[in-house]
Amino acid sequence: MSPVLVVEGLCKGFTLHLQGGVSFPVLRGESLALMPGECVALAGPSGAGKSTLLRCVAGNYGAGAGRILIRHRGAMRDLAAADARLVREIRTETLGHVSQFLRVIPRVPALDIVAAPLLARGAGRAEARARAAALLARLNLPERLHHLPPATFSGGEQQRVNLARGFVAPNAVLLLDEPTASLDAANRAVVAALIREAKAAGTAILGIFHDSELRDRVADRLHAVDPLEPAA
Amino acid sequence: MSPLLEAEGLTLRFGALRALDGVSLALWPGEVVAVVGESGSGKSSLLRALSGLARPEAGRVLYRDAAGAACDVHALSEAERRRIARSDWGHVHQNPRDGLRMGVSAGANIGERLMAAGARHYGGIRAAAAEWMARVELDPARIDDLPRHFSGGMQQRLQIARCLVTRPRLVFMDEPTGGLDVSVQARLLDLIRALVEELGLAVLLVTHDIAAARLLAHRIVVMRQGRIVEEGLADRVLDDPQHPYTQLLVASVLAA
Ligand SMILES: Nc1ncnc2c1ncn2[C@@H]1O[C@H](COP(=O)(O)OP(=O)(O)O)[C@@H](O)[C@H]1O
Ligand SMILES: [Mg+2]
Repeated sequence: MSPVLVVEGLCKGFTLHLQGGVSFPVLRGESLALMPGECVALAGPSGAGKSTLLRCVAGNYGAGAGRILIRHRGAMRDLAAADARLVREIRTETLGHVSQFLRVIPRVPALDIVAAPLLARGAGRAEARARAAALLARLNLPERLHHLPPATFSGGEQQRVNLARGFVAPNAVLLLDEPTASLDAANRAVVAALIREAKAAGTAILGIFHDSELRDRVADRLHAVDPLEPAA
Repeated sequence: MSPLLEAEGLTLRFGALRALDGVSLALWPGEVVAVVGESGSGKSSLLRALSGLARPEAGRVLYRDAAGAACDVHALSEAERRRIARSDWGHVHQNPRDGLRMGVSAGANIGERLMAAGARHYGGIRAAAAEWMARVELDPARIDDLPRHFSGGMQQRLQIARCLVTRPRLVFMDEPTGGLDVSVQARLLDLIRALVEELGLAVLLVTHDIAAARLLAHRIVVMRQGRIVEEGLADRVLDDPQHPYTQLLVASVLAA
């Protein structure tokens, strides 16, 4: 078996032009590989760069140097060098990302936010909505909320919408950034089950889990992200 | 697949002012590209040069039609350019008065575009106009009202119906929410977002509203003083901006 995701020598830093152009590195030469069905947990103190690494893989942050190879349509494509159209295609078909916070879209109900990835892959509207509703129900989101835009939802409710959106369509690679931060025990158990099912279906998962119990239940191994000493 | 619209080295001067200074840009089928930057940065000049309304001093614009044939937009005769603009393109202006005929009814505003595209059957045209009024959330019962009796937000939705009724492949939008109240803007943006997605339109959207660009665009182009200073995937340009000017734009909005 060969990996679905290979990160090679990934470097990332930021230059804050509004703060007098101060520059600092966050990631220096990160490398890791994920096999289908494998779950790797990123470990490291707050501010070490775990979310930055996930966002680089998601294409949300540009890589400074290095390669981010992902198996897409049968070939390894370099996300670090991909143009906007290829990144969009990879996100639609291959790569899911559950960010820490849901980005709400005015007037779009929870159900349609969750159904969107299925529609983007060509599912019919009725089928997409039915699958979205079933997943939201599994995550214990009351049905009366399905038809409301999540702008007014609690943090935990928004997080469940975000999770449902990430799990509703199968992905070859799924990125999870603290998926259970504001969930109760019952919903954490649902998320653990969703992760195990996704793994069994072959999804490779790269995640940040603050909840060590969940991490022990789902992660096959840890990848340490060490904070960099600021350049002297 | 090839780009629908391809511009290379566009330069346009007004006296000493360089409105466009060597701008190159490609737009692909089904892609929504937002051009952002503060007023005076050259956004509207770019849109006018791309759609053939302003002739650049240097550079060229290629448009590829549905059959895949490419034409140089600025080498077309005025009649040819108008023909393509009628059959393939749509314009949504900031001021609905620039996109609507204020002296004829709402239904006629929509129907006129259809007739210009060759439709002749009166009943069918009226039915299509009513259907499009409903799609843009206007009451079809007001089909015979003059746009003058509509609110600004309603006029803007009527302009969108008039633009989209002929199913253009490419739509140019210049600050479509510009003159509207914030509450009305959100509804209009959502309507545009839904229609663009449903119809798979390619859109070139000029806006200084970063939140609108985040909501609608796949790709963002940042302009400053007639040049593109940064471009890329919409969420990346906004979340990991590289150029000092982009960082300033992003930092200046509350929560985009
Ligand atoms: N868009 C950004 N612009 C500037 N600095 C950023 C940006 N995103 C993250 N950082 C910085 O990168 C460092 C790592 O942050 P992060 O990846 O969120 O850490 P973790 O997830 O491990 O807690 C922090 O110093 C953070 O402030
Ligand atoms: Mg983090």
